[in-house]
Amino acid sequence: MDALTKKELQKIANNVRIGIIEGVHSAKAGHPGGSLSCTDILTYLYFKEMNIDPKDPKKADRDRLVLSKGHAAPALYSVLANRGYFDVEELKTLRKTDSRLQGHPDMKHIPGVDMSSGSLGQGISAAVGMALSAKHFGDDFRVFTILGDGECEEGQVWEAAMFAANKGLNNLVAFVDFNNLQIDGSCDEVNSPTPIDKKFEAFNWNVTVIDGHDFDAIEGALALARESDKPFCIVAKTVKGKGVSYMENKCGWHGKAPNDEEYEIAIADLNKIAESLK
Amino acid sequence: MADVIKKATRDGYGAGLLKLGEKYDDFVVLDADLAEATKTIVFKKKFPERFYDCGIAEQNMVSIAAGIAATGKKVFCSSFAMFAAGRAFEQVRNAVSYPHLNVVIAATHAGISVGEDGATHQCCEDIALMRTLPGMTIINPADAVESEKALEAAYNHDGPVYMRFGRLAVPIIFDEDYKFEIGKGVELKEGNDVTIIATGLMVNEALVAYDILKEQGISARVINMATIKPLDTEIVLKAAKETGAIVSAEEHSVIGGMGSAISEYLSENYPVPVLKLGVNDRFGQSGPANELLDLYGMRGKDIAELAIKAIAKK
Repeated sequence: MDALTKKELQKIANNVRIGIIEGVHSAKAGHPGGSLSCTDILTYLYFKEMNIDPKDPKKADRDRLVLSKGHAAPALYSVLANRGYFDVEELKTLRKTDSRLQGHPDMKHIPGVDMSSGSLGQGISAAVGMALSAKHFGDDFRVFTILGDGECEEGQVWEAAMFAANKGLNNLVAFVDFNNLQIDGSCDEVNSPTPIDKKFEAFNWNVTVIDGHDFDAIEGALALARESDKPFCIVAKTVKGKGVSYMENKCGWHGKAPNDEEYEIAIADLNKIAESLK
Repeated sequence: MADVIKKATRDGYGAGLLKLGEKYDDFVVLDADLAEATKTIVFKKKFPERFYDCGIAEQNMVSIAAGIAATGKKVFCSSFAMFAAGRAFEQVRNAVSYPHLNVVIAATHAGISVGEDGATHQCCEDIALMRTLPGMTIINPADAVESEKALEAAYNHDGPVYMRFGRLAVPIIFDEDYKFEIGKGVELKEGNDVTIIATGLMVNEALVAYDILKEQGISARVINMATIKPLDTEIVLKAAKETGAIVSAEEHSVIGGMGSAISEYLSENYPVPVLKLGVNDRFGQSGPANELLDLYGMRGKDIAELAIKAIAKK
């Protein structure tokens, strides 16, 4: 990737992060940590990888994304808004009573959301269903899903992984946002899902492990995915709370909104990053 | 009784799938390693490329069905009621019902008439579970003919449908000209003293009860309520007004099933005695299906007794 493109993506991702903080702060609730950790993945997918059209969110041949870790909805919404599916200002209505921006993705009302999700372990199965549909009915769209690392403790993830490989769904790419933190502590302490890469390999997927904040690495992994003869898993090592100084690698910021003072610090942190990208 | 043709509603499901497969090519069928028992095997044999076995993983199957439906295609998925509605309840709720997707969940082996497999496989709670889901349509056909007709209606329906089929062969009630409509109860017998509203295999038992009551000079109305949700409140209200007492009959727990739906509606709109016949807050057990139906009081004579009690409460 050329330096200009990379910088452009970094700028967009930073704007997406600002949108996440704006939304979660305004809602006084939500999941900033795991939203900030998968921001670069979502940014790359919606701005570089996926065949989509924000002006025609339901176009039949579009690539699909299922946010299996649905609690990262603030990140998905911010990416969609920054991509032009709806106004960025709407992000501030997150989780409000009269808003369509539900706490977890709602495909019925939010433009660009391909599948409702939020109950962990189920999104990947829905993505598998979409990939199966494409294969069966001869459609050439691709399907992406993003799992949490803690989410891989759900048995259904492995039911889905087994089925996808058995049916040869090489039009399916699953990212695992591996920030190593879940609500009750580090994944290793709680109930280690690791080694995640080896598990997917054992389930007959092709797997690569990357730095989930490195756009070159994301691009490289997705190039491998396109050539894969099996479903493809990208274990993306990430930092929970990425970009906001006091949230980084802090378990406590899984499902908590910043107060006004913390909000100011977060925005200042992200503005500083924006400055550095000028 | 020698000329009575008996067929399980699951056989009607298999036959119905085959017909739909010949007519439409925009759907697939999923099963979870029970194709022989659920009768999706009939479809699989004719259209092997349109059948996907998900293996013993019902939760995954239901979510996969949702994913297929989210791409605008239709899909039937089958397992036993215990696993489709019970084990995969949350998947049905969050992946199918909440986004209101066109998935037909075709659950077989409902109720105690599963027989020898016993309580772990005898689902008497599925109607209750499915009724609580907004936008879910529930259809419990009375015979194999109605099963086939209802299946095509489910295929053409916009929104999720839960279909409930049985394992046990039961008498055919309807002829091939029968027209099925989602949400419409059907009056099978006219009557003025009491109304028996039955669903599934209890419809045939209700007809037996009709004859028993007739011999005693009691005029019972018999209604087949194949669609449990949305409930045909019009036919229920009419029955309450004209006969003044209702008996519900279903092969399901008396808690949360069709009888509950009728009671809930009438208690708010036109209170009359509603006596519920069903599985009385207990689990099933092993035994031949017909012996269990006797043991659990799920026969025409039991309905007739309850009808007399209902009339006494008027």
